[in-house]
Amino acid sequence: MFSYLVRRVLYAVPILLGVILITFVLSFVVQSPEARARAVLGQRATPQAVATWLSNRGFDKPRFFNTQPGEAWHDSQFFHHVVKLATFDLGVSDVSGRDLKEVFKQGAVPSLLLTVPAFFVGLLMAVCLALYQVFVRDSLLDTAGVLIAVALMSIPSMVYIVFGQAVLALLFNYFPVFGFDMAGFGTLRFLLLPVALMALMGVGGDVRLYRAVFLEEIAQDYVRTAQAKGVPQARLLFVHVLKNGMISLITLVVAHLPHLVMGSLLVENFFGIPGLGNTLFLAIQQSDYATVFASVYLGSLLYIVGLILTDICYALADPRIRLS
Amino acid sequence: MNTLLDSLWVQNALVFAGLSLVAGLIASGARNERWRRALRRLRRDRIGLCAGAGIAVYLLVGLLEMVQIPTGDGGRVSVLVRMAGGVVEEKSYSAPLASHSLSVARPEPLKGRHLLGTTALGKDTLLQALRACRTALIIGGVTSLIYIPLGTLLGITAGYYRRWVDDLISYVYSTLASIPEILLLVSILMALGKGLGTMSLALGVTSWVGLCRLIRGETMRQAERPYVTAARALGQSHWKIITSHLLPNVLHLVLINFVLGFSGLVLAEAILSYLGVGSPVGTPSWGAMIDGARDELSRDPVVWWNLAAATGALFGLVLSLNVFGDALRRAFDPKRG
Repeated sequence: MFSYLVRRVLYAVPILLGVILITFVLSFVVQSPEARARAVLGQRATPQAVATWLSNRGFDKPRFFNTQPGEAWHDSQFFHHVVKLATFDLGVSDVSGRDLKEVFKQGAVPSLLLTVPAFFVGLLMAVCLALYQVFVRDSLLDTAGVLIAVALMSIPSMVYIVFGQAVLALLFNYFPVFGFDMAGFGTLRFLLLPVALMALMGVGGDVRLYRAVFLEEIAQDYVRTAQAKGVPQARLLFVHVLKNGMISLITLVVAHLPHLVMGSLLVENFFGIPGLGNTLFLAIQQSDYATVFASVYLGSLLYIVGLILTDICYALADPRIRLS
Repeated sequence: MNTLLDSLWVQNALVFAGLSLVAGLIASGARNERWRRALRRLRRDRIGLCAGAGIAVYLLVGLLEMVQIPTGDGGRVSVLVRMAGGVVEEKSYSAPLASHSLSVARPEPLKGRHLLGTTALGKDTLLQALRACRTALIIGGVTSLIYIPLGTLLGITAGYYRRWVDDLISYVYSTLASIPEILLLVSILMALGKGLGTMSLALGVTSWVGLCRLIRGETMRQAERPYVTAARALGQSHWKIITSHLLPNVLHLVLINFVLGFSGLVLAEAILSYLGVGSPVGTPSWGAMIDGARDELSRDPVVWWNLAAATGALFGLVLSLNVFGDALRRAFDPKRG
């Protein structure tokens, strides 16, 4: 197990380096640091202000290798970028100048409060509905279910939010439409509607996906054996098939992991939840490059960690998979 | 170069070239025996046929907006706008079929009736929603032209040659796949600037990964089948095996992926335009219309028709594509449904 873990983590290193290279290319090569400085400081900034902005961030150094005589070859933008990200120095926001590590730390809690419940509610709904559809498979109800699921996933997420906010919150005047409060029961009041909407948004696509997984499972030999043995339909599905289907579901579920921490761009912004999604939304609106590129790195890091965790869960859940 | 691309006949020719390319590819694929069987099954699939008809309607509307004709005064206008010549512009909001503009204090009489009302700038909402078809189709079409050849080619190459070629290609796509999609899209667009071209490019960069992974797996399965071994034993070149044996056997997956992926692209366009990194200002886009609806819903009286028109139009296209894609999948692989 230990050697497997080490190998798995080592395998992630080149991928992480690739991600760093991509963020570097995007943030320094595609758009030159000078253009970025101009975009942040405004078109009227003096050349001196631009030069100071660049040298403060080390953006005035050579791009990949320092070929200047008398200076170390690694004293360049790229190597500083790698070392900084590797040591979790995410830099400062282009707009507010705040330390991004602090910004992300602060935003993670509200995001998690929103996404974790939404994720579990959504997962439970999707798994139950998918199993029920498999239970009544090849009936009119199943066909209708598939159509409804496809219809639900054809609605863009912002329409769910706009509609949920306008109709439910304004008409019934029950849920607060905007704001956040980090104290006890108050939080719950603010979170109920966003959590419900977020769970609903993903349910269509998930039901469709999980139904396919369960349908594949039901064609297996062990299901026929259990049927021949006289196991009741319901028990067969909700115990035997669910247990085995879960193994395939783990991989699908992990794709959600970065979203859990990074929050939801749209939901958080609409409901005024001060999470990472909202931070990112504002950063996009204000052209805050530093924040956006740091989010890319953080999101990828979380995804890679998630993949490693999946592989471990996979091995633990299914003894047939050898850790080699 | 730019003046050449700006010329209206060149643009019209490009539209038809793109369209005939897709039609030609599908027609050449349809000679395959598997495709013919699938077509026969598809003909009996009523829901699938309805969805296909829906897609055709959107294609027609988009095409009418894409093809432009010169006007008398040296400008140009799309066929769709010319056909809707009788639709007049108002000064500001008006409700569907209203006779007066939407103003509590001073309602003014309108110049004409509008089935779905007018936007903040007084433009007919229905016409705007129809014109936005073009944006959605261009994004979906151009992006597909970028990512489908890329994903198919790399997927087949990785699956056929294996070893270091596979390692390299898998490394590239695992790296891209480990960046959350929306973040990658936003950062590419922030670096390149907004516009339909850059949006297609950004979506192309993120979209090929899924297709490549799918084609790679299927190619690996196909490459172990006796027909490939036989072709190799007969001394056929790698190129010949890839183009005349492997490609026709994975092409149906490409088609299904194209249709289902198209719906994802249309949705992505709306979300990116909503985030403000997508369509340039002034381009009719469903995402931009939904974005505007955010403030409109809190007005009094509520302006709901822009949201309804954009959502309805978007929903119709995405639903048709999803349902048709599912029908295609059923037709090609009836066992797995």
